[in-house]
Amino acid sequence: MFAELLQYLLSGLTIGAIYALAGLGFSIIYNASHVINFAQGEFIMIGGMASATLTASGVPLPLAIMIGCGGAMLVGVLVAKFAVERARNASTVTLIIITIGASIFLRGVAELVWGKDFKRLDAFSGETPIQIMGASMQPQSLWVVGTAGVLIVAIGLFFARTLTGKAILATSHNRLAAQLVGIDVKRVVLASFALSAALGAVGGAVVAPITFSYTEMGIMLGLKGFTAAVLGGLGHGPGAVAGGLIVGIAEALGAGYISSAYKDAVAFVIILAVLLFMPNGLFGKRGTERV
Amino acid sequence: MKMLATTDLSPDITAQARRVGPPILKVEHLSREFGGVLAIGDLSFAIAAGDIHSIIGPNGAGKTTLFNLVTGVYKPSGGRVLFDGADVSGMAPYRLAARGMSRTFQNLQIFFNMTALENVMVGRHLHLNTRLLPALFRVPSLVRKDREAKDRAAQLMADVGLGKYVDADAASMPYGALKRLEIARALASEPKLLLLDEPAAGLNATESREIDEVIKTVAASGVTIVLVEHDMKMVMGISHRITALNQGRMLAEGTPQEVAANPDVIAAYLGAAP
Amino acid sequence: MNALLHGRLTGLLALGAVIAVLPAFLPNNFYLDIAILAGFNAVVCVGLNLLIGYAGQISLGHAGFFGIGAYASGVLVGTYGWPPIVALLAGAVFVGLLAFLVAKPILRLKGHYLAMATLGIGIIVSIVLRTESGLTGGPDGMMVEPFKIFGVELYGEKVWYWVVGVLLVGVVWLSLNLIDSPMGRALRAVHGSEVAAEVVGVDTARFKVMVFVLSAVFASVAGSLFAHYAGLITPAKADFFKSIELVTMVVFGGMASTFGAVVGAVVLTLLPQALTIFQDYQQIVLGGILMATMVFMPKGLLPTLAALLPARRRA
Repeated sequence: MFAELLQYLLSGLTIGAIYALAGLGFSIIYNASHVINFAQGEFIMIGGMASATLTASGVPLPLAIMIGCGGAMLVGVLVAKFAVERARNASTVTLIIITIGASIFLRGVAELVWGKDFKRLDAFSGETPIQIMGASMQPQSLWVVGTAGVLIVAIGLFFARTLTGKAILATSHNRLAAQLVGIDVKRVVLASFALSAALGAVGGAVVAPITFSYTEMGIMLGLKGFTAAVLGGLGHGPGAVAGGLIVGIAEALGAGYISSAYKDAVAFVIILAVLLFMPNGLFGKRGTERV
Repeated sequence: MKMLATTDLSPDITAQARRVGPPILKVEHLSREFGGVLAIGDLSFAIAAGDIHSIIGPNGAGKTTLFNLVTGVYKPSGGRVLFDGADVSGMAPYRLAARGMSRTFQNLQIFFNMTALENVMVGRHLHLNTRLLPALFRVPSLVRKDREAKDRAAQLMADVGLGKYVDADAASMPYGALKRLEIARALASEPKLLLLDEPAAGLNATESREIDEVIKTVAASGVTIVLVEHDMKMVMGISHRITALNQGRMLAEGTPQEVAANPDVIAAYLGAAP
Repeated sequence: MNALLHGRLTGLLALGAVIAVLPAFLPNNFYLDIAILAGFNAVVCVGLNLLIGYAGQISLGHAGFFGIGAYASGVLVGTYGWPPIVALLAGAVFVGLLAFLVAKPILRLKGHYLAMATLGIGIIVSIVLRTESGLTGGPDGMMVEPFKIFGVELYGEKVWYWVVGVLLVGVVWLSLNLIDSPMGRALRAVHGSEVAAEVVGVDTARFKVMVFVLSAVFASVAGSLFAHYAGLITPAKADFFKSIELVTMVVFGGMASTFGAVVGAVVLTLLPQALTIFQDYQQIVLGGILMATMVFMPKGLLPTLAALLPARRRA
């Protein structure tokens, strides 16, 4: 009974950590540019595919992850520069379609480069399950949770301690004022895309041994990441992390106790329920419209 | 900066003997806070039917917040708003509009996705058939009344001096014209009480005088007007009564002469200690 | 009014004329089939455009309503033997009620939160359709009986072409009527400034709900007829990508333009067919075109073209 619950919690935590990373990616870009980047899932896919295919051709794993990460960052910057930046004053719908166009484009390129097959990436430290109080856990889950934890703390420090991080925060609060004090707002947007891409790609690499890599792996992960970001309150970093963990754990519990077929629906049921009562998410600030 | 003391009071209205109507709007102990900061505190006053009643005060005095509370855009934290004798505190703006209250905005709220004429026609909303099925099937009575509404909107535009913009897209109109477009749109709803939030802000002297004339004409037609305006010459010239606010509280109330002579008001405007 | 009336009638006549002569230029049923699919998409997009283009509210879940309509017809006619027209109406009423129930709370949401909520509803619908295989046939979908009314069976591309053509002209007519009415102005006012609409008496929440329900019902009716035409429906017709496709058609063609929505639906239905010559590059080209149009013509195809013409037209 308890072992079963623990089992669900552990698997929920693992997938929740990936949602948290994706959600954080959504939040960072939203803060810098007020864009919801529907291509966020493709960054995850790039990380997963690059590390799987590169290691298969003999590249050492850490290097493969770094290359995947670098590639995703480059793609992120290109998307920001050639699509998002040019449509600066476009409406919300238009921007959403631009990033959806980008994600279709990226999936097309990925299929051309890597093919449609599932790619396998070996677990980082073996596949001997670890037994915890009757529940068993893949060592890779520890990698996922650990890596996500380290990245989340690092992002927190980045925003709190570094000048670039503060510049991004300042831009999100007041773009014009940030510009006036000499912050290069365009570079902030590019930096935020690069940062989100890196988060996604690393997440994709560590989760690949569990989920396999394929060119469509980013679609649901990306949508769940968006759910996490909205659940926490758009633009609220710690909220997105909490949102990701909540979605992941609820999904695992739902799959375990209710119906595994409805696993993917859980996230969306939660978000609808929360938005009914808290239109700005769990931690989002309540705005009063100025007229 | 314009100083009250040097503003000459135009005698045309203030000198006249004036009938005082029953209050159309009463505000009782009204307050509203934003995150612990009191924007309006324990404010009470009444506005007589038929008056042009101005609300003045330095920036941050709470004038626009007061407008938003009275028109239902914000909900009060405490106190009541009585319109035509009924408690309307926190009532949605569209319900207040149906009771005969409309307003304009300090920061323009124009429907930029429509023509100027259509903007004013939206003001006729309450007087038209706005149901779905008649609209979908374009029943003749709806079309006929819509045509009348269109003529009426065009007339209103002419009345506020926008005759040449009837066919223009709202997005292509200059700022001064948009200010008047808001007035025309509000008038189209046939309000009993019209709240104007800085109708002359950003206008040049000629445009200001034109707005001034428009307001007087509207008032003469029996509409009660509440005016927030920084142009003291205009305020002193057309107001029957003035309420002065400072930091969300009542500072003084009376005729233009009384308020202008009030030491607290002068101090608030000059920033000196009372 | 005269000019507007004139513009409305010319547009409608032009659309009718194109639909009337088009079959003469379509060499075989394959092309007729594409035209029919474009027509179904156009019907949904005209409705969706009332919501997105005119009232300014986004929906990333409208394929869900299309799917419910399609499956209502499939299940009620096939499994329970209802007459197709009754099943179609039942589906539309159910979708209308569902849309009404969800609209009130979610249309309070703005921008991205509304996008999230509608996306969630669409995904939940498609997962239900995929999962309840006892009723829906699951991921493989289900066969749908032909549409029969008064003993006449609608069969073949040639017949369906005219059915969809008439439906499209009718829907465009209704949409043009609505836009040029007090309710239509109220919808556009909601888009322009909610608070300004409220202070002249527009109950913004009510109109947002009404247009959401109306656009959902359009989608449901199109879904029902599509199911009978295609004879086979799958949950993919209700999923997230179908919803995105519909929104893209509206925005691509031109928001707040009824004929723009039709053009967008037609072009983007043809595009993948045309892109099959690119084979492996199909997704790249499609994604690239989406990005490029939105970056270079953020107002969409038809309004951008119309702005290039000297004579201004409203539609």
